[in-house]
Amino acid sequence: MAKFEFDPVKQRGSTERTRRLRAESMSTQPHIYMERAVLETEAYKMYEGTCSVPELRAKSLLHFFQNKKIYIGEGELIVGEKGDGPQSAPTFPELCCHTLQDMHNMNDRKIVNFTVTEEDLKIQEEMIIPFWEKRSTRAKIIPSMTQEWRDAYEAGIFTEFMEQRGPGHTVGSKKAYEKGYLDYQKDIEDALAKLDYMNDPEALAKRDQLNAMHIACEAVMVLGKRYADYARELAEKEENPQRKAELLQIAANCDVVPAHKPETFWQAIQTYWFTHLAVTSELNPWDAYSPGHFDQHLAPFYEKDVEDGILNRDQALELLECLWIKFNNQPAPPKVGITLKESSTYTDFANINTGGVTPEGHDGVTEVSYIILDAMDNMRLVQPNSNVQISRKNPQKFLKRACEIARQGWGQPAFYNTEAIIQELMNAGKSIEDARNGGCSGCVETGAFGNEAYILQGYFNIPKIFELTLFNGVDMRTGKQLGLQTGNAEDFETFEELWDAFAKQIKHFADIKVKGSNVIEQIFATYMPAPFLSIITNDCIAKGKDYNAGGARYNTNYLQGVGIGTITDCLAAVKYNVYDNKKFTMGELLQALKDNFVGHEDIHNLVCNKTPKYGNDDDYADDLMKKVFYLYQEEITDRPNMKGGTWRVDMLPTTCHVYFGDVMIASANGRLAHKPVSEGISPEKGADVNGPTAVIKSCAKMDHLKTGGTLLNQKFLPETIAGEEGLDQLANYIRTYFNMDGHHVQFNVVHKELLIDAQEHPEEYKDLIVRVAGYSDYFRNLDRPLQDEIIMRTEQEF
Amino acid sequence: MATPYVFNVQKYSIHDGDGIRTTIFFKGCPVNCAWCHNPESQRFDKELLYFRDRCTGCGKCIAKCPNGANTMGEDGKVILDRSKCTACGICADWCIATARDIAGKEYTLKELVKEAEKDRQFYEESGGGITLSGGEVMSQDMDYIEQLCKTLYNKGYSVNIDTCGYAPYEDFKRILPYVNTFLYDIKAMDKETHEKYIGVDNELILENLKKLSADGARINIRIPTVVGVNATEEFMNDVVKFLKDNSISVAQVNLLPYHNTGKHKYSKLDREYDTEGMMEKPSAESMELFKNIFVKNGFNNTKIGG
Repeated sequence: MAKFEFDPVKQRGSTERTRRLRAESMSTQPHIYMERAVLETEAYKMYEGTCSVPELRAKSLLHFFQNKKIYIGEGELIVGEKGDGPQSAPTFPELCCHTLQDMHNMNDRKIVNFTVTEEDLKIQEEMIIPFWEKRSTRAKIIPSMTQEWRDAYEAGIFTEFMEQRGPGHTVGSKKAYEKGYLDYQKDIEDALAKLDYMNDPEALAKRDQLNAMHIACEAVMVLGKRYADYARELAEKEENPQRKAELLQIAANCDVVPAHKPETFWQAIQTYWFTHLAVTSELNPWDAYSPGHFDQHLAPFYEKDVEDGILNRDQALELLECLWIKFNNQPAPPKVGITLKESSTYTDFANINTGGVTPEGHDGVTEVSYIILDAMDNMRLVQPNSNVQISRKNPQKFLKRACEIARQGWGQPAFYNTEAIIQELMNAGKSIEDARNGGCSGCVETGAFGNEAYILQGYFNIPKIFELTLFNGVDMRTGKQLGLQTGNAEDFETFEELWDAFAKQIKHFADIKVKGSNVIEQIFATYMPAPFLSIITNDCIAKGKDYNAGGARYNTNYLQGVGIGTITDCLAAVKYNVYDNKKFTMGELLQALKDNFVGHEDIHNLVCNKTPKYGNDDDYADDLMKKVFYLYQEEITDRPNMKGGTWRVDMLPTTCHVYFGDVMIASANGRLAHKPVSEGISPEKGADVNGPTAVIKSCAKMDHLKTGGTLLNQKFLPETIAGEEGLDQLANYIRTYFNMDGHHVQFNVVHKELLIDAQEHPEEYKDLIVRVAGYSDYFRNLDRPLQDEIIMRTEQEF
Repeated sequence: MATPYVFNVQKYSIHDGDGIRTTIFFKGCPVNCAWCHNPESQRFDKELLYFRDRCTGCGKCIAKCPNGANTMGEDGKVILDRSKCTACGICADWCIATARDIAGKEYTLKELVKEAEKDRQFYEESGGGITLSGGEVMSQDMDYIEQLCKTLYNKGYSVNIDTCGYAPYEDFKRILPYVNTFLYDIKAMDKETHEKYIGVDNELILENLKKLSADGARINIRIPTVVGVNATEEFMNDVVKFLKDNSISVAQVNLLPYHNTGKHKYSKLDREYDTEGMMEKPSAESMELFKNIFVKNGFNNTKIGG
């Protein structure tokens, strides 16, 4: 079998410049950047108590951008870093104040580590911890939670996103290229002038909020101006005439953006990047910030510049590659404790949707779409998460070009279904234009780009709740009574009795989770507004309300269901063997689970190999999948959140299925204790034995349109999708899934042997990227169980 | 109407005709190719596959077998007495070593149509359909097969027949109106070689091919290419000559290189697979050479592989 060749770091990129910048981005060690925490602390010491909370937040951002170190790398065309250069990670002590132990852990960990210097530790100990330890939102959140919430959280029944990071999932819209921040300031001034102090009891709060937004506009313009000045300063010293001209052009660009709307393709990219920096410097939102339909937004600039003779395709490609490298320069904020266990990655989940349709519903593919695919292909970076939206209106050529990149086997692009996204958004109350203009961000989560705050609240461990149900609410790992006492499973005479108990437990834990998140939401609304993010999110200015307090046009909370494959197979195993065919008793099964199947090999064989399973287009199992999906989806959907919107569900795990499996004993489908549960909506590992079409059929029986996103992983062997025919069948395979309303599919195209080799010799595979779960990551950065799991994901043959 | 046994329903088949297809493998075959990859396809009855190397000697099958077909061997592994085995499958359910499995499942016509239809949307997107294969589909109960073809045809599916050609022509005639493409094997041109490796004379097979062509069938010629049997330029030229002399209308020629991946399956049925030294995989260069012989002679649509 031919080995796949992964090009050495330095060789990727369309020009010498991007090859070098990419190599620099790849080889720089991620490190902690303390300046933000220091300036944040200074700002709070100066302003806290002298102004409203939103203004305090805006003044902190302004203080940071006025004083931070700025950086222009050699040869860069797009400028601006959050920290002091590539791979520099600021901390956000106002949200989560790292202990000294945390800082040591970050530094000492074998993977996904961040260098922390002695000087950093000293600052943390002497300045940051004393000031923030008791003030951070995290310090407010944990004591606000009930005991039952804490017990369930510690048992791994759900996770909490907002514990260490700010609410986010923010995606830009076309507006970002039609306005400069001076224009936004004008809008804000208009809104201030319209405030009704006579009748509106919230007028004062709105004034404070709008003033804060005004200051936040100032902040990003200050950053732009400093970059313009710095570029001119460098140009003066520059001896190379070509570089000198580039620096002067960078300065000229920064004279225009972000204060004014961009005039050229180059400026359009630069203005996006300033906005990105401001959103991710203000707070550390899940997930970063994304440009939305970037191809559609850039297309008019591209066409005009080409017509004017100031840009050609190669130059456009180089500029996009420069932006790709900028994304890759930003490691995700370092996490701690349990959140680290859930998701250990440098990836900050910026996500670019290419393709899809225009707001009028026409084919959205342009030449820029193909240039973006080329940039993605050339750069092969984990960030930005580069994906395609496939509409039935998009040309087959576009789909096939995306397939061509996907089959190279590094996990990008993933494929999203435009028609499904539109229906999902409309089902959730969006207008048709806002729906067409929407797409996916983060991993696969659906949102109305530029108009919606759609906040991920945490993962929900459905198989663990079934485990609790089998043991009358007792957590077998700790012996604690966590759930309701719904009865001894051995006394249930029918499957329906067991089902009713399970449904009660689901409701019980959903109540606990939602109550907790709603409290956290209010803590953020009160103490941690995001005035900058509010500027660029419709309709925060018009409403005079913050993004974190319901200012956006749409406000959605998502709870992500995990382990649908595992729970389906557990239900099938019990129904088929205990109730329908009486192969063994419930008592025998429970004993086998407690014993991790040791000494119960016959039961293990029956549940593993002789029971209908999800992923095989077998209605016995798939009907149970539908039943459990609707139970979960209906339990959560339409619960009110605290921002005037509602709760909805996603079906995705990121890497949380590993953690959720770790907190479980053996499960009824034969999964052994502490092994990962199934990921996304993919079948349990090894359960699907009828090939890729059967997987698709089973997955499509879920009602995707009632979710805000589902995630399906498929792994293919490279030789099975070779040639023009292999490409055609891959494209047909995707189209068919999307005809059936499938939301998303992504591919790992790698040899099992290669992955095993990569596991043993990580140093030889520094560049190997695999699709993990809604994002790609370096294989060497994954921990062993996750690597094992990716190796084991059923390989599909073309 | 006797219900045939099916030993496999293979989804996402992309080498048995156009597009994405589902291939249904019927159990039982009238010929006996020396290189057969699917020993479980040869007999018409249901059979127990027993992979003795995997047996852990737990003895569960001995206790569960209603016919006493299992006994403990001196080596600590179970011995299966096939004369007592009825292939009921109970032992396979309880075998913790997954050393046992049943080959052959009965499908009523309705059940099989339902199974065949499952990937309908993939067929429609890709221009695919259903391929009936084996074993030998033409050796099954032809009332059943005719009804199956007719039902699928009337539902709008493309039906392909993968056959060795060794069946009465009347049987082909019965299904002809419902079939999109015949995937028709040619394994040897001279009678002696054919008898030696296939176990039967090839006269009927070649006659049927002529008649099918004359009756307007769409035909793909499939040539399993085996070094030691037929992987020679001489044989390929003979095939070309036959096709041309008889004006056989050919939609596609598929040259299928031999492989021995089916070898491990023989021991599961307590049968020998004795091709060692006799047969080998053809080289990529020789496959190209053979392909060119066909292309040169006007069979432009010739492919290596399915």
